[in-house]
Amino acid sequence: MKTMTCPLNGVRNISEFVCGGEVRAMPDPATGSDAEWADYVFMENNKAGVVREWWCHTPTSFWFIAERDTVTDEILRTYPAGEVFTARRDFASKEGGS
Amino acid sequence: MPFGLLKYGLLPSRRVPRRIPPTPELKPSYDVVIIGGGGHGLAAAYYLATVHGITNVAVLEKGYLAGGNTARNTAIIRSNYLTPEGVRFYDESVRLYQGLSNELGFNILYSERGHLTLAHTDAAVRTMRWRAEVNKHCGVNSELIFPDDIRKLAPSLNLSQDVRYPILAALHHPPGSIARHDAVAWGYAIGAARRGVEIHQQTEVTGLKREGNRIVAVETNRGTVACGKVLQAVAGSSTRLADMAGLRLPIKTVPLQACVSQPLKPFLDPIIVSGSLHVYISQSSRGELVMGGSTDPYPLYSTRSTLEFKETLMAHMLEMFPFLSEVRLLRQWAGMADMTPDFSPVMGETPLDNYYLDAGWGTWGFKATPVCGKRMAETVATGKAPDILHAFRLSRFEEFAQAGERGAASVGH
Ligand SMILES: Cc1cc2nc3c(=O)[nH]c(=O)nc-3n(C[C@H](O)[C@H](O)[C@H](O)COP(=O)(O)OP(=O)(O)OC[C@H]3O[C@@H](n4cnc5c(N)ncnc54)[C@H](O)[C@@H]3O)c2cc1C
Repeated sequence: MKTMTCPLNGVRNISEFVCGGEVRAMPDPATGSDAEWADYVFMENNKAGVVREWWCHTPTSFWFIAERDTVTDEILRTYPAGEVFTARRDFASKEGGS
Repeated sequence: MPFGLLKYGLLPSRRVPRRIPPTPELKPSYDVVIIGGGGHGLAAAYYLATVHGITNVAVLEKGYLAGGNTARNTAIIRSNYLTPEGVRFYDESVRLYQGLSNELGFNILYSERGHLTLAHTDAAVRTMRWRAEVNKHCGVNSELIFPDDIRKLAPSLNLSQDVRYPILAALHHPPGSIARHDAVAWGYAIGAARRGVEIHQQTEVTGLKREGNRIVAVETNRGTVACGKVLQAVAGSSTRLADMAGLRLPIKTVPLQACVSQPLKPFLDPIIVSGSLHVYISQSSRGELVMGGSTDPYPLYSTRSTLEFKETLMAHMLEMFPFLSEVRLLRQWAGMADMTPDFSPVMGETPLDNYYLDAGWGTWGFKATPVCGKRMAETVATGKAPDILHAFRLSRFEEFAQAGERGAASVGH
């Protein structure tokens, strides 16, 4: 069985994980256009090569980031999301909205 | 005696004629370049030549003829989908398939078996009833049936209620069929080549030359050709080609695995699918059990097989057919499926003026080979996608108008 290293739980069978898709910047909920949202929700880079993705260890619901090669099926590195998301991101608020 | 036989076999008059011509030199330009020599590309070439009289056409295939998903699929043909747009589209394909051996003068071994989609929960029974009603409304033969009738169609199926997922009902679709997948591609290739279409094997497209809003030339490992129009039909490589054209697609490339058992005496007539158990099975004309499930759990550009696939597949298969524990596996393989978020294809025009798309065929495109070929040929010839393809346009995603077929396509293909 193929294995993956969970930053929280260590080496586990790959069947304990689900892939949550590529790490991408979300459009601003207040200012993002319909076209930006459609692209974010539906379109895929679908890169052949090294990608950076969200993965979840389902028994513990722990989300983290993995770098893997989509051609060789090698998992290169896994690490907590805090390595990428180092600061809080504040979105613009809609004028007059709350 | 052996020498006599050899001599007889080698007589020039005994030589089997080569029906698909060897790859010719590339010409400097073609009216239409088709990228991808799978069933879809070859069918489009055939209908361009036969229906529209366009024969200055080159099909460019990076490997050998129809060696991609066309060679790897489990050959299930059916039209019992969920949306009226889907049912109408796949129904046209089933009708074309029914007459295809005659049309092509080539036996595609079309075998009408009937198709059973099992329901193991109340929710699944509701979906099957919904599909049956949509199907009937569109003139497609589908019926919800219960264990007594299921037993008559598949006596070897385990209908015990003392299992983890007892079978409550099934969607019965009598026109469901299987066919010889290679023969479909070869039949179209022979028909197209006979009318002057050039088929170039070992010819990989490596780049597209764009001027303004048009693709003016196609670059390959054997040189560059100018083109009037281009049709892209490359299944698991859809994103790589779209990147060359500067288009964005809603597609993930995910492996889909399948396997066959050693041959057994014929015992299983219908094709059987279980969405809840994530498995499907049919018996080929050679007696092998053809088995598969849903796609791999994560995207990959690879055709490797995994032990995990076989373990989960068999665990569920044994619940349906316990006696299969005695049977050995013979072969296993995988293909790269071009998956869309709504389990419907992406077909028709693109933002480019002369570039047309036949993609997003995921795990369900073999059954659509004839209708895709016919309707994409029409799209390329007239420059406009016909009405029947409208629901599958690329722009449906920015319009938030998906054609949701997940309930009918995620395991059943
Ligand atoms: C295991 C498995 C089971 C399946 N079961 C079913 C089923 O039961 N029923 C069903 O309806 N569908 C099924 N499918 C789906 C079906 O196989 C595909 O949707 C269908 O075959 C797609 O046909 P195609 O001609 O578009 O693609 P392909 O046959 O894959 O042809 C595309 C061709 O493009 C070529 N190509 C790629 N890149 C380039 C390039 N740069 N230059 C030139 N050529 C290139 C490839 O080599 C390939 O030959 C299954 C798929 C798999 C993998």
